[in-house]
Amino acid sequence: MERLKVNLLGIKLDNPVIPASGTFGYGQEFAALYDINILGTFSFKGTTLRPRLGNPLPRIAEAPAGMLNAVGLQNPGVDRVISEELPALARVFHKPMMANVSGFSIEEYAETCRRLDACEQVGWLEVNISCPNVHHGGMSFGTDPAMAAAVTRAVKAVTTKPVIMKLSPNVTDIASIARACADAGADGVSLINTLMGMRIDLKTRRPVIANVTGGLSGPAVFPVALRMVYQVARAVDIPVIGMGGVSSAEDVIEMMLAGATAVEVGAANLVDPFACKRIIEALPEVMDRYGIDNISDIIGGAS
Amino acid sequence: MRQVIYTILENTPLTADVYRMRLRGDTSAIVAPGQFINLQIGGLYLRRPVSVCDWDGDGLVIIYKVVGKGTEALSRMAPGEALDSLSGLGNGYDLACAGENPVLIGGGVGVPPLYGLAKRLVAQGRAVTVCLGFNTTDEIFYEDEFRALGCDVRVSTVDGSYGAKGFVTGILPEHPSHYYACGPEPMLKAVFKALPCPGQLSFEARMGCGFGACMGCTCETVTSYKRICRDGPVMRKEELIWNA
Repeated sequence: MERLKVNLLGIKLDNPVIPASGTFGYGQEFAALYDINILGTFSFKGTTLRPRLGNPLPRIAEAPAGMLNAVGLQNPGVDRVISEELPALARVFHKPMMANVSGFSIEEYAETCRRLDACEQVGWLEVNISCPNVHHGGMSFGTDPAMAAAVTRAVKAVTTKPVIMKLSPNVTDIASIARACADAGADGVSLINTLMGMRIDLKTRRPVIANVTGGLSGPAVFPVALRMVYQVARAVDIPVIGMGGVSSAEDVIEMMLAGATAVEVGAANLVDPFACKRIIEALPEVMDRYGIDNISDIIGGAS
Repeated sequence: MRQVIYTILENTPLTADVYRMRLRGDTSAIVAPGQFINLQIGGLYLRRPVSVCDWDGDGLVIIYKVVGKGTEALSRMAPGEALDSLSGLGNGYDLACAGENPVLIGGGVGVPPLYGLAKRLVAQGRAVTVCLGFNTTDEIFYEDEFRALGCDVRVSTVDGSYGAKGFVTGILPEHPSHYYACGPEPMLKAVFKALPCPGQLSFEARMGCGFGACMGCTCETVTSYKRICRDGPVMRKEELIWNA
């Protein structure tokens, strides 16, 4: 359907809906449920240079209108992603995908991106400088403009694919981080990653999550995410991907009005495995209701 | 896995805080005892996983203990209400390696999935022993139901108020061909140490999605990292890192 199409950094998406990294694995669990080629694209599980088991259990907790997670970047490592996950994915997904990359040093980010740059299936690199659940890495790169810029430059030096920096909301001024990334050559930014949170079990008086803190996602964070997307879209002139609590076609439209070129859907996939399919199918009707002919017309349209 | 809207037929207490719920609806995704369903409960964001006690072509039975907000809300639901569920999750128990005289070992709210398992093993002509462990008399449920299937049923209570006094490891048969266990982790560890025969153990975890997408419940095994929700909840004894 032509009216749902958006252009994300030179690649045409059939629609702006993108399952967010960490909520869609490497696609297989969902491919068993519906044809995932209906998606704009999807951002695969955060991948690091070496395999990671992630954090001890429990990693998950309930929150009002949302959830906390502290998975800790569990992944098989970039080499196995390239040798096993991507070929398996090629059988069920025939569009360019977004490779989500995390790291613990600037060199590691660059090396992981360099290896993924060689993969034809990868359309974009989404560089996660905002994981709140690992120590000495992840978010520490995304809370300081100079570090964010340094990672951006290192990654841009090893790839010709569009580089999207995924930003942390756990900062005082997210627009300044976005500007630092844009000035360092980032092609786009995506936001928000999860908001750092915590729960305590009243019976045991201990944190519910073994990692003590976790990242809050789900509808609870939507207004915060929307505000940050709005601010960042006004601060930079590169495309912004909006995410954070998006659960409906209406939320997608709202994110795009705030300035998002495309929209990632995260936690909603976990409670409703058909969430993205449902949202994509609902978009035309919701657009009709609000007098939207082409969805790309509304990007940043909130005055 | 299949998304199914079940209709509640019955929701009654078996003990002070353990309830049995009968649900009507599509059970075609359930292929083995030990699988679970993931329930959407009003007012909560994450679904709540509950093991399947038994099922047939028309519906299924779950037995759950009220331990928090989710199960408390579940206990207040009435017959006729609908329950949005992801059905047929997890691997379930493998019946093929049961042998002649398997033993089923359950602790507390770990007992329910063993009922559907016992029923199918008995139907296959196996001599099934069931060992049930509870804290005290008031917490016992399903002893008679297992007996009605024709199983050799043994019960232990920690306080000695019914059956043998102590843990369920005190009432295990001598030379079972295989064991199937479900219960709290200390019980599983004790069974793992006590029985030399091969076995399968079912694990519990706080889950995000329940179908393998979020990596919220991964554990380490001797061969690989496994998602308790998708690659489990049943693990083979040989896979566990407790040997080390």
